[in-house]
Amino acid sequence: MVTAVTSLGRSGLSDWLLQRVSAVVLLAYFILIGWVVASGIDYVGWQALFATAWMRVFTLLAVLSLAAHAWIGMWSVLTDYLTERLMGTKGNVLRIGLQLCISLLLFIYVIWGVQILWGN
Amino acid sequence: MKDNRPVNLDIGSMRLPITAWASISHRISGVVLFAASFGMLWALDISLASAEGFARLGELLGSVPAKVALWAVGTALIYHSLAGIKHLVMDFGIGESMEGGILGSRLVIAASVIISVLLGVSLW
Repeated sequence: MVTAVTSLGRSGLSDWLLQRVSAVVLLAYFILIGWVVASGIDYVGWQALFATAWMRVFTLLAVLSLAAHAWIGMWSVLTDYLTERLMGTKGNVLRIGLQLCISLLLFIYVIWGVQILWGN
Repeated sequence: MKDNRPVNLDIGSMRLPITAWASISHRISGVVLFAASFGMLWALDISLASAEGFARLGELLGSVPAKVALWAVGTALIYHSLAGIKHLVMDFGIGESMEGGILGSRLVIAASVIISVLLGVSLW
């Protein structure tokens, strides 16, 4: 059972809380984006919105929340289905490999997000 | 932890209750959103890079396949959000009974279908 070592907080309670806090941040962020897009914004307005400090900070918070939320969520799914019990040793190898790919991708997201927000 | 405990979880042999459907859909929509997250960041990048990029993205999202993809991801987001809100409500001890769980699942699925249809209507 090599599952706990790849969890984000190394503790079930920590992951549980982090999953909920990041969920609320993401929900608030997607409601804001949905509302802005539905109101029919143009490029000038869009650019101006993302030039404000609060929107950049909120977006970075959302990207960090996405990274944590996806890590914990994908961990929960992978440790349930790609397991030694269901697939033998192959399950462990496949799961750890996928988790490494996912964490690398999420790390790239954070850098990409910073580059989008402060790169220009 | 004991590793040799008996496990009887042959999911294929069971008829899944609505709460199980709500749970597996929450997982599937989560994986879909994770897959879509790359496209979301890409869209944010291109939309902020230049006025041409913003216009090109608008054109791209106007095509039929892109609209279908947008609707699918939107539906996943709506369902995942509502199912998540249900979890938060249950964390506060509301609806933790079997009946509460069934009612919650029904409400989340019904509300998702309605909002998803409305999203489709507004996209077309």
